[in-house]
Amino acid sequence: MYKVVTKKELAPKIKFFEVHAPEMAEKAKPGQFIILIIDEKGERIPITIAGYDSVAGTVTFVFNEVGKTTRQLGLLKEGDCIWNITGPLGVPSEIKNSGNVLCVAGGVMIAPMLLQLKALREAGNKITTVMGARIEHLLFFEEELKALSDRFYVTTDDGSKGYKGLDFLRNILEKEKFDRCITMGPVVMMKNVSEMTKPFNVPTVVTLTPIMVDGMGMCGVCRVTVSGKMKFGCVDGPEFDGHKVDFDELISRQRMFLPEERLSSLIWEMQGGCACSRK
Amino acid sequence: MPKQEPKARGRNFNEVALGYTEQQALEEANRCLQCPKPQCIAGCPVGICIPDFIKLLREGKYAEAAEKIKEKNALPAICGRVCPQEEQCQKFCIMGKVGEPVSIGRLERFVADWERSRGAKTPERVKPTGKKVAVVGAGPAGLTVAAELAKLGHGVVIFEALHLPGGVLVYGIPEFRLPKSIVQAEVDYIKRLGVELKPGYLIGRIHTIPEMLKNQFNAVFIGTGAGLPAFMGIPGESLGGIYSANEFLIRVNLMKSYAFPIYDTPIRIGKHVVVIGGGNVAMDSARSALRLGAEEVCIVYRRSREEMPARQEEIENAEEEGIVCKFLANPMRFMGDEKGWVKAMECVCMELGPPDESGRRRPIPVKSSEFVMDTDTVIVATGRTPNPIIQSTTEGLAVTKWGTIVTDENGKTSIEGVYAGGDIVTGEATVISAMGAGKKAAKAIHEYLMKE
Repeated sequence: MYKVVTKKELAPKIKFFEVHAPEMAEKAKPGQFIILIIDEKGERIPITIAGYDSVAGTVTFVFNEVGKTTRQLGLLKEGDCIWNITGPLGVPSEIKNSGNVLCVAGGVMIAPMLLQLKALREAGNKITTVMGARIEHLLFFEEELKALSDRFYVTTDDGSKGYKGLDFLRNILEKEKFDRCITMGPVVMMKNVSEMTKPFNVPTVVTLTPIMVDGMGMCGVCRVTVSGKMKFGCVDGPEFDGHKVDFDELISRQRMFLPEERLSSLIWEMQGGCACSRK
Repeated sequence: MPKQEPKARGRNFNEVALGYTEQQALEEANRCLQCPKPQCIAGCPVGICIPDFIKLLREGKYAEAAEKIKEKNALPAICGRVCPQEEQCQKFCIMGKVGEPVSIGRLERFVADWERSRGAKTPERVKPTGKKVAVVGAGPAGLTVAAELAKLGHGVVIFEALHLPGGVLVYGIPEFRLPKSIVQAEVDYIKRLGVELKPGYLIGRIHTIPEMLKNQFNAVFIGTGAGLPAFMGIPGESLGGIYSANEFLIRVNLMKSYAFPIYDTPIRIGKHVVVIGGGNVAMDSARSALRLGAEEVCIVYRRSREEMPARQEEIENAEEEGIVCKFLANPMRFMGDEKGWVKAMECVCMELGPPDESGRRRPIPVKSSEFVMDTDTVIVATGRTPNPIIQSTTEGLAVTKWGTIVTDENGKTSIEGVYAGGDIVTGEATVISAMGAGKKAAKAIHEYLMKE
């Protein structure tokens, strides 16, 4: 059992959790993820680690309430417990001084990007950060990201704040030579960013979030095609070379269980959406 | 032994084999000749004193019979169900020379179930030795090692990567062959021996073997199993509707997706299910698919019936339930629809050539014999390979080119104080052989700890 010690709402439906997990806090590194299961009847879901504090013995993560499990998770209060959390999982990020680094984060993945920026900064990189969301009110951690960046841009899909869309990124890439690009966010965004950096030969790291069950290499549902070879998102990743990933296959695989996910959500709503009704 | 009717059981997840009644068990036990030099014991990987427990059963001393088995085997209700007895103890039974061997496995199951239904006695704790052992993996090998060492007074902590203990017993073998409540009861017995269980610990990522040896443990046992799925590497394998047998069985067994949406993990089963492979995992997958509502389930195997590695009993069970086997066919590629979902599979016919290194006749493709099968769900059950995380995070641990850990006959690895056993050493094998390896390793670990 893992106790939720801090809970915050960063933006509508975007929740921040800090959980008590001392052994995990000591081992976690940027780029890794956890798998949590809320209760005995729950599903196992992967979430990228957004922070850790080995002194306080806590691990933090941020999630978007989209389906039944994440909405149910969002109902937990400070002091409540999560049945099981396994982690850290996956290969940690390669943190090194690459020189001039472009970091592009979108949606909930803004949270783990903050952890990356801290590590990249410590390693001595020059950092240009782009943070984005669908709409202005879904942005969070803006000041925190800005403080760690040499240059900083905001973008929204609808143009409600900063640039509209990602096209301006091409201008940035034309004006300045980057040694590395790190992008975390929705698959479509990472696909676009990878396509934009490719002509400029900027090595690009993407963090993939395919469907997972066990998260430790056993089931293979997270298989992705990288350079024509089958890789497992959970143990070979979650980070891959964005110029070599078959994004279209990944997008199609991520939608595999959409009807079931909708059904699960709907039934949960009809039953009152309350965790106690399951007991 | 009575079984559920094929028609009814093909639609539910309740246990197929119903077990002996007391009367039936006594009748079967009376067939045992109580040989002065019993051959059956030699066939048992953990060396259960078979004639002795059968004698106690015959006398109506069921509790004593259960204790007699537990002297050698901490998981009798499981072994009574999933051991391939026809190739082990029963193969050597003298009665089998003239007719049917004594059904030792069914008697073991009867005794274990009798004990469980009355609540097994909590064993007496022995004086602690002060030594601590870490066991990595709560599957058949790890549970056996833990039980054996706890009975000798050592402190044991099991680290299990999944959220529930049991390993392949909970994620692999289906409910209808091994009810999970039975696994739970056997694990509870091991906990009552004083073993501590920590689920959700992926060793290698959270703690490493060298750290565990340095910090608090005098010895470590690795029983991480063969849990990685083997894919075929043919075009179209990442289409929707294609599961590895591991994914399919983990969803259905461990996550209980047969009860979706009461349980949250979904599974989607189409009308025409194809299972590729000829082992017990293929049988389990096919029979699970049928129970989830598939209209037809076809097992595609590249050799013929004689070479199938599955237990005869499981093949019979599957066929009784209406599962069809297509022999001498090998998948070449999968075709998908516009939504990225599998819709057909192209195969080539095979014929059998001379035997290969496994001793089985090698299948060879027949020229221009390609054919297409319609399917909307494919389960790939072509084998499992060793979990690699421990090997890649433990410096100095000798590993074979297949990724299995190198040990001597007692489970000792290349690192002092580190032992291993089960599928991680042998490659994919049976529950009981992993338990046998666990027993040997426990003995070696005990000797190591006591002279340390």
